Amino acid sequence: MLTMILKRAAMAIPSLIGVVIVTFLLTRALPGDPAAYFAGPAATPQAIQEVRVKLGLDKPLTVQFGRYVDDLAHGNLGTSLTTGQPVVTELRNRLPASAELTLLGLLVSIVIAVPLGILAATRPNSLIDHACRIISTAGVSLPVFFTGLILVYVFYYQLGWAPAPLGRLDVFDNAPPQVTGFYLIDSLIAGDFGTFVASLKQLILPALTLAIFSLAPIARMTRASMLAVLSSDFVRTARASGLSPFTVIVTYAFRNAMLPVITTLGMVFSFLLGANVLVEKVFAWPGIGSYAVEALLASDFAPVQGFVLTMAVMYVAINLMIDVLYGVIDPRVRLEA
Amino acid sequence: MTALAATARHARYVIAENPVTGFAFALFVLIVLAAVFGPHIVPYNPLSSDTAEALQPPNMHHWFGTDQLGRDVFSRVIVATRLDFFIAVASVALVFLMGGLAGVAAGFFGGWTDRIVGRIADTIMAFPLFVLAMGIVAALGNTVQNIVLATAIVNFPLYARIARAEANVRREAGFVEAARLSGNSDWRILAFQILPNVFPILVVQMSLTMGYAILNAAGLSFIGLGVRPPTPEWGIMVAEGSAFMVSGEWWNAFFPGAALMVAVFCFNLLGDGLRDMVDPRRRT
Amino acid sequence: MAHMTAVPALNVEGLTVEFRTRSGIVRALDNVSFSVEKGETIALVGESGSGKSVTAYAVMGILDPAGRVTAGRAMLGGLDLLAAKPSQLADVRGREIAMIFQNPRTALNPIRPVGRQIADVLIRHGNVPRNEAPAQAIEMLRAVGITDPVRRAKAYPFEMSGGMCQRVMIAIALAAKPSLLIADEPTTGLDVTTQAVIMDLVSDLAKDLGMATIFITHDLALAGQRSARIVVMHAGHVVEVAPTKELFAHPRHPYTAELIAATPDAAASLDQLASIPGSLPDLRRVDLPNCRYSERCPRKTDECDRPLPRPDPGATHIVACWNPLP
Repeated sequence: MLTMILKRAAMAIPSLIGVVIVTFLLTRALPGDPAAYFAGPAATPQAIQEVRVKLGLDKPLTVQFGRYVDDLAHGNLGTSLTTGQPVVTELRNRLPASAELTLLGLLVSIVIAVPLGILAATRPNSLIDHACRIISTAGVSLPVFFTGLILVYVFYYQLGWAPAPLGRLDVFDNAPPQVTGFYLIDSLIAGDFGTFVASLKQLILPALTLAIFSLAPIARMTRASMLAVLSSDFVRTARASGLSPFTVIVTYAFRNAMLPVITTLGMVFSFLLGANVLVEKVFAWPGIGSYAVEALLASDFAPVQGFVLTMAVMYVAINLMIDVLYGVIDPRVRLEA
Repeated sequence: MTALAATARHARYVIAENPVTGFAFALFVLIVLAAVFGPHIVPYNPLSSDTAEALQPPNMHHWFGTDQLGRDVFSRVIVATRLDFFIAVASVALVFLMGGLAGVAAGFFGGWTDRIVGRIADTIMAFPLFVLAMGIVAALGNTVQNIVLATAIVNFPLYARIARAEANVRREAGFVEAARLSGNSDWRILAFQILPNVFPILVVQMSLTMGYAILNAAGLSFIGLGVRPPTPEWGIMVAEGSAFMVSGEWWNAFFPGAALMVAVFCFNLLGDGLRDMVDPRRRT
Repeated sequence: MAHMTAVPALNVEGLTVEFRTRSGIVRALDNVSFSVEKGETIALVGESGSGKSVTAYAVMGILDPAGRVTAGRAMLGGLDLLAAKPSQLADVRGREIAMIFQNPRTALNPIRPVGRQIADVLIRHGNVPRNEAPAQAIEMLRAVGITDPVRRAKAYPFEMSGGMCQRVMIAIALAAKPSLLIADEPTTGLDVTTQAVIMDLVSDLAKDLGMATIFITHDLALAGQRSARIVVMHAGHVVEVAPTKELFAHPRHPYTAELIAATPDAAASLDQLASIPGSLPDLRRVDLPNCRYSERCPRKTDECDRPLPRPDPGATHIVACWNPLP
């Protein structure tokens, strides 16, 4: 098992190297003068020259790359022009907001999509099967920001059920003492049930938006995978042995069917991390996505670069975890002789 | 029966068998018509503002209402079809050329070509795709060309992989041997023998990519990257209208968003139908 | 006749099965009837597409969803398997009637240790408490001849050979000591030595348990070696039923005679092999003749257009033919 994990981790290293190279190139591929970008739109020619020297943008590309990697190794992602803070600090502060939102959205998505896919597969051509297929096709076509706006309009403006889309907490509430940065968890740890409910209320619509977005591929894959597994030879053997329907569907069919679904999760995360940015804008969510978008609007370049790099590194790590999870469930991968 | 007639008959059979595909095809034709003729037939100039008429809900004069500058939403939505459709087609054409050529080269030649193309594809796939598109457009600048380029780059790995697999299979095929024996250089074989054969398989993916390209462009425009106001484009219109959604003026953002949905839905259905036409074994 | 008065282990009467497909309705089985006595081994023989496996699947209730039983009964003791409720079926499968399949490796759950797969059946049917099931499973592995069963119980199917997987499947099928085993081409895909070993294993276990066996095969020679009676099927019909020796000595249906002639023996050479003329009729046709062999049959007469003769339930040698061999 450990060898499998180490092997998978080793395979992730070239990806990381590629990510570092690409993000480096992106910042140097700026049309015109990169120094001007980093100095900001209000900079004087001297300021630009200072920035050029400070960031080593006058040196040859290879030297610049060396400095870049060195900076990264020391956790230096530059400084934001608009706030004056180190990018890495701001990213770290805002990451829990994005993580809480994305993970909750994914959880809701799985809780709805997987049973939906299973039911659609075990009751072919039923109402649920058709509903599943419609949801899968429609879900892929909905622009995520549009879904978010519609939800706000219906549930906040028309029905008044949801609070205003103004971020993680109402103006009048205070954040719970920081342990994980996840308001839901921290408020429970602090025993503050009021804040728990308040943060949950703010989380519902944005998480639902993300969930609707990722429902489609998960439901579709679960249904397709279950259909394939239910007609497989070993499920036929299980039925012929008289095992209970629950054992056949859950212990035999479902565990095998989940394998392709887990692989799909990698792709789902790619979409989710991108959709995160859009949802944060709609709901004024103070995560790393909106951090990057605000910086973009102000032509503040270092945060954008830091954001892309961070997202990519997280994505590589997530894919690694998915690979390992797959290996845990499928012994054929684990025990490669 | 000629190949074209046979294809047409097969197409008719698939459409008759699956009316949903027929519907998608009809919708596609409508979208193309809107893209080509839209700007000429809309009732109002999409750019002319009239602040006296600002933020009117849908009515007899303005079927989709007016936006905050008094511009007619219906006209803007129809005119935006051309831009979004162009972005979709351009992205797909570019990725087919880039990814298709790189993929068939990798599958045909193997060796270093294969390794390099593979490395490039792997590096691209290491990024969450929208984030990479954001980074590319942010670095290169807010233009339609860069949106098209970013979309093409982000879809490159998928096309390269499919093309590579197909080229691998056909490398030893009879007609390739025949072409080689009659003196054709490798590149001619690639371009004129293998690539055209890979096209039908990629065409299914291309329809799906068109939908993705529009969503991508709209998403980028929504966060301020890409198309700039006052150009009518569905994503930008939703962005501009989003502030008003919260206060109840829903038509601003709703109609362009719905147009987005309809277009993407159409391309997805079309892709599914094309898949049935090309390979009936792979029906979902 | 002693066996006439005893209740058979399985009595199939008039089984008729249809499949709905895109290109029409396939009349896969038509009025299939046969019986198996307690402790008896019979063989269900026929070429590919004759409906032997469909018969087994219909009896077990594991037909493809596109298939439907439109007529007939399958009496297992007092229970009609074809009319039983799903819960009754689930109780009876594994406990009274069991089945083993061809392609043993794909017929086992690839991500579950084989010991646990056997234990699952033991816990479900064998009245074995949960904590004792693993040990019992190991004993079953030993009983089917797997060496080092303690270690093997934790293994996965992909770590085992085809022959071992088949033994595991036999262990699963026999774990709850059923009174009837259906073996659907259990040796296809195995090498010849392993084939013999597996067949011996099944025979020995059947004798120990007093279990009846229905052995499905396209190999008439194999059927001849292992069964007391043979049921010959063609295109969804039962065409002949007889004790083995009698069938080979005096085949009465023309198809059976052709089958015997087409079966190679060790001394035959390639050019001596006879083949059966014609091919199976398309079972989607609405105009299928009453005798589905008549269009290939050299002995066809005008009589053969009539509905097939009703089998005499008391006879030991049954032929569905108007013009049988003498």
